[in-house]
Amino acid sequence: MSGQGHRTPSAPRLAVWKFASCDGCQLSLLDCEDELLAVAQALDIAYFPEATRAPIRGNYDLSLVEGSITTPHDAERIQDVRRRSRALVTIGACATSGGVQALRNFANVCEYASIVYARPDYIHTLATSTPISDHVKVDFELRGCPIDKGQLIEVISAFLAGRKPATPSHSVCLQCKLKGNVCVMVAHGTPCLGPVTHAGCGALCPSYDRGCYGCFGPMETPNAPSLSARLSSLGMDERALQRVYRTFNAQAEAFREESERHDE
Amino acid sequence: MRTETQRSVVRDNDERISNPRFETMDKGMAEARSIVDAAGLEALRGQGYALIGPTVRDEAIVYDEIATLDDLPRGVGDEQDGGHYRLTRRNDEALFGYVVGPQSWKKLLHPPVLRLWRARREGDELRVEAEPARVEKFAFIGARSCELHAIAIQDRVFLGGAYADPHYRARREDVFIVAVNCGVAGGACFCVSMDTGPKATMGFDIALTEIVAGSSFLVEIGTDAGRALLDSLPHRAASASETEEAEAILAHTAENMGRSLEAGDVRELLARNLDHPRWDDVAARCLACTNCTMVCPTCFCTSVEDASDLTGLESERSRRWDSCFTLDFSYIHGGSVRQSVKSRYRQWMTHKLSTWYDQFGSSGCVGCGRCIVWCPVGIDLTEEARAIRESDAQKGAT
Ligand code: SF4
Ligand code: SF4
Ligand code: SF4
Ligand code: SF4
Ligand code: SF4
Repeated sequence: MSGQGHRTPSAPRLAVWKFASCDGCQLSLLDCEDELLAVAQALDIAYFPEATRAPIRGNYDLSLVEGSITTPHDAERIQDVRRRSRALVTIGACATSGGVQALRNFANVCEYASIVYARPDYIHTLATSTPISDHVKVDFELRGCPIDKGQLIEVISAFLAGRKPATPSHSVCLQCKLKGNVCVMVAHGTPCLGPVTHAGCGALCPSYDRGCYGCFGPMETPNAPSLSARLSSLGMDERALQRVYRTFNAQAEAFREESERHDE
Repeated sequence: MRTETQRSVVRDNDERISNPRFETMDKGMAEARSIVDAAGLEALRGQGYALIGPTVRDEAIVYDEIATLDDLPRGVGDEQDGGHYRLTRRNDEALFGYVVGPQSWKKLLHPPVLRLWRARREGDELRVEAEPARVEKFAFIGARSCELHAIAIQDRVFLGGAYADPHYRARREDVFIVAVNCGVAGGACFCVSMDTGPKATMGFDIALTEIVAGSSFLVEIGTDAGRALLDSLPHRAASASETEEAEAILAHTAENMGRSLEAGDVRELLARNLDHPRWDDVAARCLACTNCTMVCPTCFCTSVEDASDLTGLESERSRRWDSCFTLDFSYIHGGSVRQSVKSRYRQWMTHKLSTWYDQFGSSGCVGCGRCIVWCPVGIDLTEEARAIRESDAQKGAT
């Protein structure tokens, strides 16, 4: 395909939807400078509020959904999005596990609202932040806070080619080793969530000498209690252990259960 | 379990794939030893090899391209235990005063990620381009005895049998190997148990024993290429006391292994204890993180991945290291066969120490200790084997 902006007439229609989120994952798509032209040629970007002003109309072949469900209005809107979408892919920790805003699930939202807002009665919010898959059928979940743009391109390419995306669900450690990194936990004593965290980032943090914070959420078969025993021998107390699992994916089952095990 | 006949087939394969360059080894080994100094090691430079050797990076000793002797970890030692690795400062200037680190030569002979081919659609045609084999030859500086055994094991995996791996072959052929006999034993080493060290006895061009830290090396010749190298260096004959000194160093190393494993019957021990309760015990600790398989110098498993670009005009196939600890590894239509971590840990350990004999005619473990050290929770296969032995369900059974 050459020339500029010539889309195949039957190009699939893409929509990007936003729910409760920071926009970081949508921006990952805009950040794909090198690939964006190819995306624009391969797909008809029919709805993408960050990039276009096109109105919502008709149906979409591929919907990328960012953000979690935190309001009654959004809980209804996601049903509409699902109806309009042939394939629905959630992108990022908010959409796949409820995001950092799911910390509200461990607290009382009304109390928060009364502290933060002058007129809390104007706030129509749900008591919890929940992933999209709690509300509608999701065809594929892309992890990360934010998502990895290479993985996003992979998911779109796989969708266009009608194949399964190569986004393995093993630990971050495997990618860490493929990269030839020295393990920060074994060689430096730095706490690292890599062994219980879903791969996809290319072991970004350990590549910069830091432990993994678990932003891709739990891997396929996480053994958090065993890792916690190790983290505690590296000096983390109960409070620290509770907090380390309670970040971007606090609501993801394995991380939630493990953080609750360390509730004081 | 394979029959005796099948094992002898494996031996035939061994002969077929043995590297002719190593055939003069026994003759060479019997000859008088020589001494070279550190500067002599620089002679490999400029001989057209990519020089790979130990060097310090990110507080560990890794294998990487080295330009000069200054890149070697002079005066550095290491402290190793289950899930624990730290570099230490030695009180001498030894160039090889540490043992094996997180990486092995596997990363060069069997790279972590390797493209196999690319395809491009041009009009109605599909052009497929195989990945060219690597041309530049490696010289490995500082390979340890256990590592030479690991390379020999991977030779059987990749070059034995009917289908040789062309990429491994291209990378493996004509590697020049400078072995180093271990002057210290690591905290997790058990090569003595596996009969794979600490003295290099096969698979090298020349082997060094560091008899005066940082300055004086006793040299043994393994091949004609090794002899040619030695001939090109300033060297002198070793005295009887220098030869004795080298032997004493190696005896001391052998006596100070950090770990041990009763290897004689471990194959049968594990084979008859597949339902031992210890597998549940280790599964409770195991993270299924894959680190042990990644760092193991003999683990060879890969997964093949296809990629296509957004335009649909280009695609490629690559392979990357995979591990029997992932769910995808045992995925067949309908799901993964090894769902439980117990079954995955058992697969790993029985493959290393038991079924490898059936498959390749030897142990799959060379006793390097990497899987113990680089396991984030310090799971130790020698300890697991010991626990199983202590309550062997069918003691004495065959
Ligand atoms: S640094 Fe973290 S992610 Fe990397 S191997 Fe170690 S534990 Fe795993
Ligand atoms: S290493 Fe962990 S915290 Fe860092 S980007 Fe990757 S998944 Fe996120
Ligand atoms: S199983 Fe462990 S000790 Fe044995 S060769 Fe592999 S990494 Fe080394
Ligand atoms: S132990 Fe596992 S990863 Fe290693 S060679 Fe065997 S099956 Fe492959
Ligand atoms: S034995 Fe250790 S390194 Fe291997 S998968 Fe289990 S936790 Fe990871």
